[in-house]
Amino acid sequence: MIKLVDIRKSFGKQQVLRGVTLEIPKGKLTTIIGQSGSGKSVLLKHMIGLLQPDQGEVWVDGVEISRMQGRALNDVRRKFAMLFQGAALFDSMDVYDNVAFPLREKLRISEPEVKRRVDEKLDQVGLARMGHKFPAELSGGMKKRAGLARALVMEPEIILFDEPTTGLDPLLANSIHELILAMHRMFGFTAIMVSHEIPEVFAISDWIAMLHEGIIVAMEPSAEFQRLSDPTIREFISVGGNAEVKR
Amino acid sequence: MAIVQEMGRMLIFLLSTFGWMARPPFRIFQAVKQLHFIGFKSTFVIVLTAGFTGMVLGLQGYYTLRKYGSDAALGAAVALSIIRELGPVLASLMVTARAGSAMTAEIGIMRITEQIDALDTMAVNPLQFLIAPKVVASLIGVPLLVALFDVVGIYGGYVVGVDLLNVNSGVYWNSVETAVEWKDVYGGIWKSISFGLIISWVCCYKGYHTKMSAEGLGAATTEAVVLSSVMILVWDYFLTSVLL
Repeated sequence: MIKLVDIRKSFGKQQVLRGVTLEIPKGKLTTIIGQSGSGKSVLLKHMIGLLQPDQGEVWVDGVEISRMQGRALNDVRRKFAMLFQGAALFDSMDVYDNVAFPLREKLRISEPEVKRRVDEKLDQVGLARMGHKFPAELSGGMKKRAGLARALVMEPEIILFDEPTTGLDPLLANSIHELILAMHRMFGFTAIMVSHEIPEVFAISDWIAMLHEGIIVAMEPSAEFQRLSDPTIREFISVGGNAEVKR
Repeated sequence: MAIVQEMGRMLIFLLSTFGWMARPPFRIFQAVKQLHFIGFKSTFVIVLTAGFTGMVLGLQGYYTLRKYGSDAALGAAVALSIIRELGPVLASLMVTARAGSAMTAEIGIMRITEQIDALDTMAVNPLQFLIAPKVVASLIGVPLLVALFDVVGIYGGYVVGVDLLNVNSGVYWNSVETAVEWKDVYGGIWKSISFGLIISWVCCYKGYHTKMSAEGLGAATTEAVVLSSVMILVWDYFLTSVLL
């Protein structure tokens, strides 16, 4: 389980997180929603130690990681995988080598076994026979699928999804959401997704948390979250996640 | 104060890279790949620069030395100038312009597109995977390129002096052999190793800490080339004053 306690983070004079306290249930799909620029991705990066809080604690399965570095932090990171906004595929490698990368780096397994696992994952995300393509040759949706295959290949306990549908059309976004849900059901990992895709995330998430002005204003099961009467939440839900846009 | 902090960060970056370089797994394949990029792919520009540098030295040296009746010392003038100073400095500046700027841009783009964060999340240390092979390749590649520069430069002087200006071939080579001592060669090697370190250190650091925008990447690349070049020239002076 991941637990954040009073996380505060500033960049220069801009205070992004002002005391976030949050518990992520194990084995569930939790989505953190909030306006663009509200600090959702920053919060996500704290969970895997890519950013260190100015103040507060990050607990992963009973281990406090916010001040960890080097090998100790790497040991904790083995439980994680992350799908980045832009997929973050290595552009010097083809899709096959991208997906095979963590296997070759972290597991001492034979190349036929690497191939079996990579082919299996590419097939599961709908990219069978696309392994030879380079990231520059892929569409946005295919990049996300390849990123998801790379995240899944080590069979991690926890996967972080940083706005996995950003830049995709609604049909593609829907297909990525369905894929994430299917993979979550198939493998049972703890999923933490950052998104402002309202109302789509309500359908796939077990829990919804909302980050607003640097704090978590609510965290409820998906169905109950939609019935909350808090004006900030209602306004965010009613305008489909683009609360900053006034038409 | 900001400059001192930046220097401190650069030093920590270098020491951390050396620390990760010494730990397994050793990235031999990546180092060879980088050596191909930094070394082999720079050979054309090095040969071109060295050839014309040697030819200009041959031309200038011949007419200057002839005034004093010393045109027989042309080989010595060309060889010593190139082996002691121009070879290490010019070759390193060319490597900075060609490979150093590419290093900064490559690492900077990986930073902006979160590829470096992706390495971190996979528990692969970016300093070990990305930076250390580039430093190793520079430490090996730059001295080899400087050696190539020296040879081609001396031949450039030969072409102008002997083939065009009718200096005797035997006199030219005898002058080179008499004037050049091993300490000149060692000096050039030490310079080229330290310049290789400066190039990879500064260019990788600037790319690694680039700001998250296209403008930031452009600025990082410019800063990397300018700072590397200035550091090479300043360090050359200090090293020369020690080696002489």
